[in-house]
Amino acid sequence: MNRFFEVVRRDLRLALRQGSDSVMVVTFFVLTVVLFPFGIGPEVNVLERVSAGVLMVTALLASMLSLDRLFQADYEDGSLELLVLTPAPLGVVVAAKMLAHWLTTGLPLMVAAPVLAVLLHMQADGFTTLLAAMALGTPTLSLIGGIGAALVLGARRGGVLLSLLILPLYVPVLIFGVGAIDAAVQGMSAKPHLLILAGILAAALALAPWASAAALRQALE
Amino acid sequence: MVPAMIKQGCSTFSGQDLACVRGGRVVFAGLDFSLESGGALVLLGPNGSGKSSLLRVLAGLLRPAHGVLAWNAGAVADDPEAHAARTHYLGHHDAIKPVLTVAENLRFWAHLHDPHAERAGRAVDGALERFGLSHLSTIPGKMLSAGQKRRTNLARLLAAPSELWLLDEPTTALDKASIKALEKVLAEHRADGGMVVLSTHAEVELPGSAELHLDRFTTPLHDDDDDDEAAA
Repeated sequence: MNRFFEVVRRDLRLALRQGSDSVMVVTFFVLTVVLFPFGIGPEVNVLERVSAGVLMVTALLASMLSLDRLFQADYEDGSLELLVLTPAPLGVVVAAKMLAHWLTTGLPLMVAAPVLAVLLHMQADGFTTLLAAMALGTPTLSLIGGIGAALVLGARRGGVLLSLLILPLYVPVLIFGVGAIDAAVQGMSAKPHLLILAGILAAALALAPWASAAALRQALE
Repeated sequence: MVPAMIKQGCSTFSGQDLACVRGGRVVFAGLDFSLESGGALVLLGPNGSGKSSLLRVLAGLLRPAHGVLAWNAGAVADDPEAHAARTHYLGHHDAIKPVLTVAENLRFWAHLHDPHAERAGRAVDGALERFGLSHLSTIPGKMLSAGQKRRTNLARLLAAPSELWLLDEPTTALDKASIKALEKVLAEHRADGGMVVLSTHAEVELPGSAELHLDRFTTPLHDDDDDDEAAA
């Protein structure tokens, strides 16, 4: 457990000193969402209707932006070999890196989302559900994305390959995230959707670190 | 200055009939070796003869295509975490993060290897001193020269104690004084009951070390002239 927090602390420190990744992800999120009113016109009804979908899709794309760096930097400078040789299960180290990734990308996205929801005229009823859906959805994105990031290690044009691999796997998060917000806005219960999102998160939490660890070992062979 | 190691008697590390296949090519086959506490093994051979591959096999990064590695009586593959805990592997890359200071880089690896923070803290300072890095401890990794990076990586060996050191060309980019310091550290490690496996093209003084010529284990059927270091 000590080792888990050691890796989290190191990755957070690296992210803070380098700074660029979190800022880039949130900026991408904000800019892309702001483009939509320009693209589809300023009518309140239309924007309100698409707001949940736009926010979730954009958040998903934004979180994918920084994924290819998750293991790439460590792979290039030899740190990954040493991380693999840490006297702890590799899944624990990988889970720590995924947590750090979520804290530096998923969490800022979650904070930015309500502000952008106002911009898109989302009804106030949807706000708490939006936050809940993001809180359950974005960690899943980091976890599933980590598998993809480990699989494309060492591949040329890994970033493009990564999106092809990962985007289809993000679809359930998108469907139930948007479903939850739409239900809340229409005055229905968002609970079933959120429970399914929580279920997906639980499954990803249990499986993704180990799948990712296996892919990393493969990449280093 | 170097933390005394807690030794529990004499250990042996051995490999039997090891073979390694990289990209469909047999790098070496039928390789045996045995190493006891205080022993050292120097891997020799031209580029591409499989020195790096063998070290990666010994570290557990590569699975041998054939054969078994054993620590005392138990197979290494049965408990990879215990093997990782007693091993330090030093590869071609120095694993130095450009935005972390020398001390931070070192402390991270020391804590990760041995999470008992207090002990690691003191060991880090000692390790920096041994490799003449004390005055650089607050310098970020990106300001270091190649030799200084290598010394920081070498200091990792002392920052957290481990029985078995696997060093892949540790003298790369080192000046003469640093090679001397490394020789001294290696001698102390062995006097303490540690083991060293090392590949090198430079002269490193290791009294009483065994030599393993890897070109003797390459299969004659395959032509390996044009291949660079297999694990590069």
